[in-house]
Amino acid sequence: MPFKYFGKINFTPYTKVDAFADYLHKGRLMGTKCKKCGERYFPPRADCLKCINDEFEWVEYSGRGTLHSYSKIYAAPKGFEDIAPYTIGVVDLEEGGRLLSWLKDIPENEIKIDMPVKVVPRIFEEIEEIKLYYTIEKR
Amino acid sequence: MAGVTLKIGIVGIGHGRFGNRSDATVQELAFEPFKMAIENTENLQRKDIDALVVGSVPEYHMQRSLPGVVAEYVGMNPKSTWLTEAACASGSAAIRTAYMSIKSGLHDIVAVIGVQKMRELSTQEILALMGRVGDVQWESIFGTTFPGYYALYANRHMYQFGTTKEQIAMVAVKNHYYGSMNPNAYFQKEVTMERVLGSDEVAFPLKVFDCCANADGAACIILTNEKNAKKFSDSPIWIEGLGSASAEMSMLRRPNLVEIPSAVEAAKQAYAQAKIKPSQIQVAEVHDCFTIAEIMAYENLGFCPKGQGGKFIEEKQSYIGGKNPVNVDGGLKAKGHPVGATGVSMIVEIVKQLRGEAGKRQVPGAEIGLTHNVGGIGQYCFVHILRR
Repeated sequence: MPFKYFGKINFTPYTKVDAFADYLHKGRLMGTKCKKCGERYFPPRADCLKCINDEFEWVEYSGRGTLHSYSKIYAAPKGFEDIAPYTIGVVDLEEGGRLLSWLKDIPENEIKIDMPVKVVPRIFEEIEEIKLYYTIEKR
Repeated sequence: MAGVTLKIGIVGIGHGRFGNRSDATVQELAFEPFKMAIENTENLQRKDIDALVVGSVPEYHMQRSLPGVVAEYVGMNPKSTWLTEAACASGSAAIRTAYMSIKSGLHDIVAVIGVQKMRELSTQEILALMGRVGDVQWESIFGTTFPGYYALYANRHMYQFGTTKEQIAMVAVKNHYYGSMNPNAYFQKEVTMERVLGSDEVAFPLKVFDCCANADGAACIILTNEKNAKKFSDSPIWIEGLGSASAEMSMLRRPNLVEIPSAVEAAKQAYAQAKIKPSQIQVAEVHDCFTIAEIMAYENLGFCPKGQGGKFIEEKQSYIGGKNPVNVDGGLKAKGHPVGATGVSMIVEIVKQLRGEAGKRQVPGAEIGLTHNVGGIGQYCFVHILRR
């Protein structure tokens, strides 16, 4: 399951962290860890920011975190008009790092910054092609 | 190399009308302020200009490689010309490279044109294009937009500091008030708080009146060193401090979502070089691409403590007569934001203010001014401090 299947529209089909999509397809949320200094990254990075090393390994993330901020997008860009309005959120992950995605099944009056949330790997069922993504949900 | 110690000043300015300019090509837009700037610079002839720097974001135009077509159209061939790009701060980046080229002694007199014709694209195409100034690998795939990114900042700022939607709306009310006095502005009408708060949703909590408009337009300045400046102007406006910094492309790797770190760093550099404190800034042009951006700018530039930006506008400290008058030409909000032109437009306004030529919106006796031009969602920031 190559990286090109990640996202409703994918802008970066080729990447050194290609295996991310394959893990996500199997229901696992993975980040990277520098083999030299042990620094962890989500979003995944092939190359270490901290010690300028290019060897990494995959580490699993629990998907648990808290909502750092959010916004409901009414004016959608090209390619997303069909699903607007949608609410995007930024999650501070429990293991460190952040993630951006759509909020799912959280009533508007219950959305609170810093609320506990979980990240759930998903496959677009509305689209014929296989498209992988994840959502931010209540926990 | 004696030039290295000489000050760099602005001796001429020009500013075209911003807005929907479906009447002109991009090079025709560039010609307008170029002509004005030459006329504005006493004793200057076009042949005296050594080089032309163009600040613009190329993706908006059908015409590729803009400096080529602009240099030809304004008659600068065979002089040196190049493009600078730093998203919405491309104009300020152009000024920085012009400053470097004069300071190094490579060039004597340089023209900078900031120009953009955004409206060759549809709003949806612009939303998609601008959304991709975030990280495209991990963010844009969820349909992020430019207003959406600033909305993430707005919601976090409101949560963390208690900033209210009314305080945020006050920025729009102020900037449209001053925009009503600027004949070059896209929107020259005042708006009420009710109108701002009642406007259509764009990206919660930001509404139509929290967002600047995509626009077409151009601005131009002529720079030279101390030695030449006196030939061209009785009152050159000196560039006393320059700051430039960058921040993570991805929001997900930023330390927080309540300040623009590149602005804090760029401001620090500019204040140190100019030996100026924030309280001494008598007039400022800041990057209010969204209302929340101006509130963060007050804080990031040190006009008020962190988290107090909402209070600063509520107390009218950014109006003429307040502590630091901000965007008294209407800002991006009322002028419109032709991305490449904006940084140059800011400098043009400060030069007018420091020369005492700003008319109805003149800050009385202004001698020190500042520009703050943010590229993308803070990926780049340039701060310039100018003095009479």
